[in-house]
Amino acid sequence: ELTSYKSFVEQACIVHFLISFSPSRNEDLKEMLESNKESLKLEAMKRVVGLIAKGKNASELFPAVVKNVASKNIELKKLVYVYLVRYAEEQQDLALLSISTFQRALKDPNQLIRASALRVLSSIRVPIIVPIMMLAIKEAASDMSPYVRKTSAHAIQKLYSLDQDQKELLIEVIEKLLKDKSTLVAGSVVMAFEEVCPDRIDLIHKNYRKLCNLLVDVEEWGQVVIISMLTRYARTQFTSPWKEDGVFDEHNERAFYESDEEKTRDETEAKPYMMDPDHRLLLRNTKPLLQSRNTAVVMSVAQLYWHLAPKNEVSIVTKSLVRLLRSHREVQYIVLQNIATMSIQRKGMFEPYMKSFYVRSTDATHIKSLKLEILTSLANEANISTILREFQTYVKSQDKQFAAGTIQAIGRCATNISEVTDTCLNGLVLLLSNRDETVVAESVVVIRKLLQIQPTQHSDIIKHMAKLFDNITVPMARASILWLMGEYCERVPKIAPDVLRKMAKSFTSEEDIVKLQTVNLAAKLYLTNSKQTKLLTQYILNLGKYDQNYDIRDRTRFIRQLIVPNDKNGALSKYAHRILLAPKPAPVLESAYKDRDRYQLGTLSHTINTKASGYLELSDWPAVAPDQSVRNVEVIEPTVKSKPAKSSDDKFYSDSGEEEEKGSGSSSSEDGSSSSSSEESGSDAESHVQKNSSQTSEESDKSSSQSEKSSSESDSEKKERKTKTPLQKKTIFNEESWTYVTKQQHTKTIFVNVINQHSVLQTFSYSHWSTLCVSLFTQLCPLSLAFPLQLSGPAFVPEKSHDLLHRMTGKGLSAQYQFPRQPCLYQPTMVSVQISLTNTTDHPLEQIHIGDRSPTGLNIHCFNTIECLEPEASVTVFMGIDFNDSTQAANFQLCTKEDHFSVSIQPAIGELLLPITMTELDFRKEQGKLLGMNESSATITMAAENMTSQPISRPVATVANLGMVPSSQDNVHRFAGKTANSGAVVLVTVELRGESTALITINTEKSVMGSMLLRDLKLALAQA
Amino acid sequence: MINSLFLINPSGEIFLEKHWKSVVSRSVCDYFLEAKEKALEPEDVPPVIHTPHHYLISIYRDKLFFLSVIQTEVPPLFVIEFLHRVAEMIQDYFGECSETVVKDHMVMVYELLEEMLDNGFPLATESNVLKEMIRPPTILRSVVNTLTGTSNVGDTLLTGQLSTIPWRRAGVRYTNNEAYFDVVEEIDAILDQSGTTVFAEIQGVVEACVKLSGMPDLTLSFMNPRLLDDVSFHPCVRYKLWESERVLSFIPPDGNFTLMTYHVNAQNLVAIPVYVKQSISFFECGSDGRLDVTVGPKQTMGKTVEGVMVTVHLPKTILSINLTATQGSYTYDNGTKLLVWDIGKLNPQKLPNLRGSLSLQAGAPKPEENPSLNIDLKIQQLAISGLKVNRLDMFGEKYKPFKGVKYITKAGKFQVRT
Repeated sequence: ELTSYKSFVEQACIVHFLISFSPSRNEDLKEMLESNKESLKLEAMKRVVGLIAKGKNASELFPAVVKNVASKNIELKKLVYVYLVRYAEEQQDLALLSISTFQRALKDPNQLIRASALRVLSSIRVPIIVPIMMLAIKEAASDMSPYVRKTSAHAIQKLYSLDQDQKELLIEVIEKLLKDKSTLVAGSVVMAFEEVCPDRIDLIHKNYRKLCNLLVDVEEWGQVVIISMLTRYARTQFTSPWKEDGVFDEHNERAFYESDEEKTRDETEAKPYMMDPDHRLLLRNTKPLLQSRNTAVVMSVAQLYWHLAPKNEVSIVTKSLVRLLRSHREVQYIVLQNIATMSIQRKGMFEPYMKSFYVRSTDATHIKSLKLEILTSLANEANISTILREFQTYVKSQDKQFAAGTIQAIGRCATNISEVTDTCLNGLVLLLSNRDETVVAESVVVIRKLLQIQPTQHSDIIKHMAKLFDNITVPMARASILWLMGEYCERVPKIAPDVLRKMAKSFTSEEDIVKLQTVNLAAKLYLTNSKQTKLLTQYILNLGKYDQNYDIRDRTRFIRQLIVPNDKNGALSKYAHRILLAPKPAPVLESAYKDRDRYQLGTLSHTINTKASGYLELSDWPAVAPDQSVRNVEVIEPTVKSKPAKSSDDKFYSDSGEEEEKGSGSSSSEDGSSSSSSEESGSDAESHVQKNSSQTSEESDKSSSQSEKSSSESDSEKKERKTKTPLQKKTIFNEESWTYVTKQQHTKTIFVNVINQHSVLQTFSYSHWSTLCVSLFTQLCPLSLAFPLQLSGPAFVPEKSHDLLHRMTGKGLSAQYQFPRQPCLYQPTMVSVQISLTNTTDHPLEQIHIGDRSPTGLNIHCFNTIECLEPEASVTVFMGIDFNDSTQAANFQLCTKEDHFSVSIQPAIGELLLPITMTELDFRKEQGKLLGMNESSATITMAAENMTSQPISRPVATVANLGMVPSSQDNVHRFAGKTANSGAVVLVTVELRGESTALITINTEKSVMGSMLLRDLKLALAQA
Repeated sequence: MINSLFLINPSGEIFLEKHWKSVVSRSVCDYFLEAKEKALEPEDVPPVIHTPHHYLISIYRDKLFFLSVIQTEVPPLFVIEFLHRVAEMIQDYFGECSETVVKDHMVMVYELLEEMLDNGFPLATESNVLKEMIRPPTILRSVVNTLTGTSNVGDTLLTGQLSTIPWRRAGVRYTNNEAYFDVVEEIDAILDQSGTTVFAEIQGVVEACVKLSGMPDLTLSFMNPRLLDDVSFHPCVRYKLWESERVLSFIPPDGNFTLMTYHVNAQNLVAIPVYVKQSISFFECGSDGRLDVTVGPKQTMGKTVEGVMVTVHLPKTILSINLTATQGSYTYDNGTKLLVWDIGKLNPQKLPNLRGSLSLQAGAPKPEENPSLNIDLKIQQLAISGLKVNRLDMFGEKYKPFKGVKYITKAGKFQVRT
């Protein structure tokens, strides 16, 4: 009653609505949307979404709807989102109004809100927001919540379909997400992988074992996608398990325990096939999924076994496939199609379940014909009698199409199994007296084919068919009988001319196909029995000459020239008999599913038997397996002691998976450690390889706080912490270390300072020290970014020094400064400045130190007071200045015992940076985040010598303290750094174009610094 | 993967459309409607149709076509399975899946579809998860909503809590904790004219209705698990434990769900609970025929057979029928030529019989084949395979739940050829 009341109210509402507003119905909605009442808005939105659902146009309401995007009411908001996703493409300008709301929501503490914001943002198909989407995706990809990361994987595909140019950047995100351990993410990211870069099989190697182990716990839809991807993967990475039959995996396992003697003998004979353990892992881990309730999952495992498993193991999928036949009709259809293809190659697989393919009268037509197809394929000497008995029932079916199909099936059985050919033929002849025309016609056609196979003793049947000829009206059947008459006219010498006579009478009213066969019959009879049929033949040829159909006219002309001898064509008519009555090969009755196996089972392409767009070919097995070690993962147990509850829940059901992963991890980490424990580190401390970026940043966060607390920790512990820094960095520093060695003079001073702070490091040699210095620095500096910014040594240290204090103004004390471009030890945010003080007077200067400074907040780390500077002596000291990422000069006073000199250091913008190393991929990734306002670029004309004489890196490195990024392109040079104070990434790209022009692009969120740096670079590169 | 979804009623009207990627014009459905026109029955429409630019994958269920539009390669079963999930979801939310129900709850169905797929890839298909996001309507709430215009969207959204087990919602609380299991078995059989079994098998399903607070961890064991030949499980079941110990161990979803389906070992002979004596004959001369059908109990294990129903698709040439039933009543639709005889309970003392004459259209030839009979039946408190639940244990929670198991046997595709 209540529901009816409700629908009454609704209807009343609608009626009221229609009456009052039908001419401009949407005007009313607009008013409601613009009202102040939440309930009215909601009601209006519901109706709008109702319109969308019905497929009606509601686009003109866009301005009114978009205003509500920031509504507090969740239901209203959701409906607005629904609307936006539907219409944003059409109303791009207006859609942009809503973007900021989503950007804000992306930072919401609630994961569901973040996820839904990303979903909607990425669903708005407006090209102009591509950079924003890219940024959002990247951020979401390293979100805490797996749900948000899953959404980001979906967004990747959306962005890719919107803008294919983003492919490279998106691949980086995919690569990152593939490493994700959450079962929630796995399916979605593999989906993205399949859509964006299915050919990048190399991204899978390291994740292969993880994916195999996670598979059971991934949600069902993800399982389907992962399994199909792994099938393709396996076909490229493992060798065929099908080589010799009889070589089973079990044999190999046994071979393991056999004596060495036997082994060697084996090897000399033939190298036995040994299945790659990873191949086995895949087969083992997918098997339980055959028990899934999701039919798509079962099918995908079945196809995996079909394409990957040793022949003797494939049959374990049979039972599950047969189970699927109990499911919905559409499921049956697809499964039967696949079984049809399988049963052609492997009869044995389904033979025990033959009865499951028996047809019921209630089955749909397409199901019936598929079952028939399978039954025919399964037929063999042993079961043919059962099958034929079953077919007899089908022939009587009311569904005549199905009955016709059965007759064809009988024909196929008859040709395939010679024992039953006669039985079948007799049965079919009986059907010739059937009342239904389609049945008779089909029988005739099939009989014709069977007779062709063994024509000798069947003139009775041909006679019988000639008798039936008058009653048969189906053209194909009539044509078949005529053809039989002609082909075997010598066996029925009396009947054939009579049939021809009848045909001559009815020729004009026959179908084309019958006419053609009549002409054929006439020709054949003319050749064998020209006495009786000469006139008839000529009559028919004349009729055919003026037929409306050009095929028939052509045929007539051809036949006439061939058989009727005249002076022009003597050569050919000699052979007419041999041409027309040549023994013809018997037709082969084949299954329609014969060559469907060229498509991967379970795919859409297999179902429609044509290549669907986006179909990925399954490659052949490689002859030699590619390197197996690429799948080895250097898994290092994270230093986190207590495992978060969340992740253990993620792996709720993979009981064995985790152990295996650990097992494989520990074995492979042995290989890893041998290569990674570099001699340079000089310690046998356990080497740690970067596991993933977030963990590393966590670790370094932690270690930085630790090191603050415990500066007096033991030597060995420091070493250990040091070795935690990623491998790559270490090698770079080794190369750089020579810089330090040559500058022992300077480093000594710093070293002293270090010793003051940490009193334990004296034992280190200088070269070690330099490594330590930088790595310590990295740890001290809390990393604000998702990936670790790996500080590197400077690419180039300019020798140029600047006057700080002229000896004239300094009353004999002269001071010069230069930027050594070393990370500052005092505070990571400071820039180190090297100051050389020289006493040009003739008396010692005492107590040189730094006095007042301005601006007052300026953070300077002063050098220790120099007690005494002898005449003509000079000393080099270091100080650290925090310029706060600006080029504003640091003013301070340089004091001696007697005097105060105001001096100032104004840094070039390039000196406020610290070089970092990153890979090209990381660079692009970062660059992708810093587009739009964060990008400044200029095209310049390069000075000639810059183009030719030296690499472009030199002038750039002179201007700014940036690290080189290896580049895969010759004409593009990339440099990366970060600002000393805020750690903002600064990316410089110099792209050489043509003869003398270059495009300089700078990406940094410090846009002011960016433009200043751009100016400096322009100057440096343009004239130099 | 899935671009768009159209819901189409049997007369070809598109009454709902949803797009997950760019909008696909509904004119794409014309290819489908054309195929539908060609097919004699709605069931005969091919599930996969190949058009120049799209692939159409459809299911027909509950008198509705669910038509999805695909643009690139995707496993067809993936789409089909999903479409059935959509239908099940509508059923689950609104009690039935029909055109009227969808039209009545257009907005909510649309919102559900929005949640179920993201960019054409399934996002949330578990009923427990969906119900967290969009609350199903109850009679009371729909009235309140109509009057006040308040929301159906879950308030829980605000907390941002996602359950750690994907199929179970967090924070379940009941005052009465109960867990009920229905073991339903269906007999699929084909009997030939003489009553011999051509083919018979038993398919079973364990349906569960679990309303337990917190995070219960259940273990269900059978007396005779060896009977089960092939099984498929809800994702919550731990497969490893089934393999090793033949017990079902799981943390259940909240509410109704299908725990497992199974197939009984084919070696065991299937008990056929009823026999059918029938004779349908058409006379060669004259346009007449006779029908005589009797149903009787056979192997019923001492239980009563109820809900017996015989359905016959009579030949198209039948003009009219004149039958009398000794028990129950029959209906005949001359349009579809469908004869349904609803018998009810089988009484072994007095066997129900249906007999009478069939008259054919004048001049029509004698039908070649006799129509087959489809039998429907039900036996309460019996699992025909003999499967028995041994016990149900609960771990992880302190309270004591009510437990119950019910057995029922039904006819599946039970066909008698005549």
